[in-house]
Amino acid sequence: MHLYVLLPILAVMLLLQWRKVGMLVWLFVYWIGIFVILKYGFTTPVPQSVISLYMGIITFALIIYISWDKKRFRAVVDPLVAFMTRRRYTVPLVLVVVLIPSLVATSVYLSRTAPVQAPFFARTVHPATPASISAFSTDYDLATLDNPLRPLESDDPQAFARHVANGRAVYYENCHYCHGDDMTGNGQFAHGLNPIPTNFADSGTIAMLQESYLFWRIAKGAPGLPEEGGPWESAMPVWENFLTEEEIWEVVLFLYDFTDQRPRAREEVH
Amino acid sequence: MKQHKFKILLMIVVVLLPLAAVELATFLNQSLSYRSPVGVEGTEQTPRMQGIGDEQAEAEQEAREKPYEEAEYREFPVVGSRVAVWVIAQLHLLFAAFVLAVPIFALIIEFIGYFSKDPALKKRYDRLAYEFTKLLSTSFSLTATFGAFLTFMLIILYPKFTNYLMSVFSPTFLPYVLLFFAEAFFLYSYYYGWGKFSPRVHLALGVGLNLVGTAIMFIANAWLTFMTSPAGISETGALISTWEAVTNYTWMPINIHRIIANVAFGGSIAGAYAAYKFLQSRSDEERAHYDWMGYIGNMVAIAAFLPLPFAGYWLASEIYAFNQTLGLTMMGGAFSWLFIIQAVLIGNLFLAANYYLWLGMGRIEGAERFHKYIKYLLVAITVCFMVWATPRSIIATVEEVRAMGGSSHPVLGLLGVMSAKNTAVNILILSTFMSFLLYRRAGKTAVVEWARKGNLAQFAIFAAVCVFVIFLGVYGYFVETAVRIGLSIPQVLSVLIAMVAITVIDVFLFRGAKKGDTNWGKIPAVSQYVLIFLAVTFTWLMGLMGYVRSGLRQHWHVYAVIRDTSPDAYTPTLGYATQVVSVTVLIFFVFIGLVFWLTSLSDKKSWQERAAEEAEKKARQAQAGDGGWQPEPAMLRESNPADAS
Ligand code: HEC
Ligand code: HEM
Repeated sequence: MHLYVLLPILAVMLLLQWRKVGMLVWLFVYWIGIFVILKYGFTTPVPQSVISLYMGIITFALIIYISWDKKRFRAVVDPLVAFMTRRRYTVPLVLVVVLIPSLVATSVYLSRTAPVQAPFFARTVHPATPASISAFSTDYDLATLDNPLRPLESDDPQAFARHVANGRAVYYENCHYCHGDDMTGNGQFAHGLNPIPTNFADSGTIAMLQESYLFWRIAKGAPGLPEEGGPWESAMPVWENFLTEEEIWEVVLFLYDFTDQRPRAREEVH
Repeated sequence: MKQHKFKILLMIVVVLLPLAAVELATFLNQSLSYRSPVGVEGTEQTPRMQGIGDEQAEAEQEAREKPYEEAEYREFPVVGSRVAVWVIAQLHLLFAAFVLAVPIFALIIEFIGYFSKDPALKKRYDRLAYEFTKLLSTSFSLTATFGAFLTFMLIILYPKFTNYLMSVFSPTFLPYVLLFFAEAFFLYSYYYGWGKFSPRVHLALGVGLNLVGTAIMFIANAWLTFMTSPAGISETGALISTWEAVTNYTWMPINIHRIIANVAFGGSIAGAYAAYKFLQSRSDEERAHYDWMGYIGNMVAIAAFLPLPFAGYWLASEIYAFNQTLGLTMMGGAFSWLFIIQAVLIGNLFLAANYYLWLGMGRIEGAERFHKYIKYLLVAITVCFMVWATPRSIIATVEEVRAMGGSSHPVLGLLGVMSAKNTAVNILILSTFMSFLLYRRAGKTAVVEWARKGNLAQFAIFAAVCVFVIFLGVYGYFVETAVRIGLSIPQVLSVLIAMVAITVIDVFLFRGAKKGDTNWGKIPAVSQYVLIFLAVTFTWLMGLMGYVRSGLRQHWHVYAVIRDTSPDAYTPTLGYATQVVSVTVLIFFVFIGLVFWLTSLSDKKSWQERAAEEAEKKARQAQAGDGGWQPEPAMLRESNPADAS
């Protein structure tokens, strides 16, 4: 949070609670204040789509706040009506009438003259898997595929530990350049990539996926993504060309082991 | 003067119409086919006629030689088969949902009336239940009409696939038809037998109506859930067991989710009807009645709405369990954006429902003491709404993504996950419940001596559960997925327990309490528009979610078994899909407007009475002499007291 944005606004809002001001002023200050906090208050800027969403909700809530109480409603509407009808406000009224369309025009102008950038593409981070894939001259049905090494975890912990260690080797030979030493997606290459490599430590990535999903993503890489995943954007290599099937399963074990996460369990299908 | 105008207009129309008809006839006659000049008929063969004859013969020959072939698909003009079936199915579903829902709460209201001791109250509830039921008969015919329409559309446009469904589900179709007969019998005897049968017989008819209706829906649900999560068939689609096909993976979750959602939807539509009548009302008496009706409709909608998120989560998790790909397509993939819209709609429903309750406090004397709490509730609901609507995968431009350092925002990312959303929705539910509680006690003063302690206890429970729910929500960030999903259960349970406990205390607390009057009808007109807003939002939500459920299969008729090879197999863009939903909702409201209008006809006076009134009015005007404007009696008196019959 940028405190130098947040604190003054909160101070003004608090001040308003103490000093009785007109409802209209109050409304104005709150609306603008919240907008400014959302827009400039965060160290990592909030995307415009979310700001619009939030401001829509806030606007709706504020309308409810003023309109469910008659007195408050009058306190907002009366000054507005007076402004529009009283003689002595003619000059400011004309100004407002000119100002609003000009603001709209300006924003249209600005949006038309936006800097050159790639068209917006709503990339889906975890697109659905195909029903089956073929790799290593085998057809895998992804709905039923399981990590063959996973049962060792309880059956033969030593063998399991060996596979995890192999996975570690695979990871640090191949993956850490992008996905990072600590798996947070900040390897040496990361800053040059868009989308950035996945942060496996985030509980919203591998922890909510089944192992078959990872197998697919690692074996097939970016080119294996469906359209909505933007295969032309991701730098994730096709590892079936470089690793063996077992190595892929081992690195999958290691991803979970290192980040202390569990794969999403496969629910019983009847 | 007015009458003269009308006559002149009529004359013009009368003159113009035949002229237009003649013009049209000549135009058609000339443009449709070549005619030889009068009188030369048959005496001369032009080469053109020869040519036409040959062409016809050739076409006939061709048609004769073509072997019979089973069509797989047929085209629907302009919008394509998919959209055609989609819109009709959605309209059918909306009416069906309404027809199934109304009897549920009409019956409950009738039961309340039956068991209440106060005869005035008894009558009021009975009349209300009847008024809800009045909406049924037109809707029932419309449901059946759309059902037939849908069946024909399926057979015409998707003959082969429809045939396949028939082959899997053949044993279910006859029972379906028979049940439909039973439904018609129960519905009409319930409606026309109002006040004619003894109360018990009538209640039994209502129970029968509900049972049959539910059975019908369960059967229909089997067909459509089978398409999403097929069972009981081989890999090539050959039938193994119809029973398994019926009891497929998503069948029960959809059954449950739909029953609840239908009641919520039905309540909101009934509320909209009351709002429509309220806004038309001329007398305080009518306004009071329809205000009350709208209030009950809204209550029904909200009561059913509160458990929906949980039913929804169950449905979603079953879809995940059936097939990870389907689950991902829904919640993480192409369809996930629709869930942002869903979240916004649901949040709006919460806000609007609370707003309506708060506005309703205006009609209770002595409610002012509670006004100060409302702003805190509003803040809580707004904040929870924002969390609930925070997208999991954010729509962002390239620059914004870069600034965030990835597709997830460090702060928003925390809000977009399940822990946060579960917490938000639980608090939303609890706050809505508190609003309702405030409303309930608005005019009352407790007289029991432990009133203070009781209030404190209620507040303590509320606060404790809030803290507990938030604690679990935060704790969810530190545990793995399986545990996290498990945490939602204590969250829900604690909210449920809190609601029950607070209600129980409330009932005892206000035993024999002093009551301020409730001035039904004394509510700002905005509230009625809020009711209509709720109905439209519910309808839109249903349309949207119906599309999600159906569109999820993408290019499959039966997921992963029978492929859709028609030209419409592609998944439309989200924008296009929402437009189709919007148009469907519009069409639905045109039809529901028709239902409202037809239903309110029964309240109208007969034309003879109205004519008599008109004559009386004229006579009075004549008496008053020719000069000056006179207030018309009809404007002073209430013009059509509801249910004069
Ligand atoms: C050239 C950089 C690069 C290398 C090297 C690389 N990755 Fe990736 N990886 C990415 C990028 C970028 C993404 C995110 C975009 C995407 O989903 O394709 C990604 C995504 C993934 C995902 C998908 C995670 C999810 O939540 O959907 C997995 C799994 C993965 N990588 C595993 C690996 C493994 C295992 C290795 C080593 C064998 C590896 N990656 C090596 C760039 C790389
Ligand atoms: C957040 C959790 C929820 C999820 C995942 C969810 C999911 C779904 C899905 C997949 C359907 C399609 C079923 C069908 O059309 O047959 C559906 C239907 C529906 N949902 Fe939800 N839902 C959720 C919560 C809610 C809530 C809170 C409401 C409140 C209004 C709601 C209202 C509806 C309605 C009205 C339908 C249409 C029912 C019908 O088909 O008759 N859902 N939901």
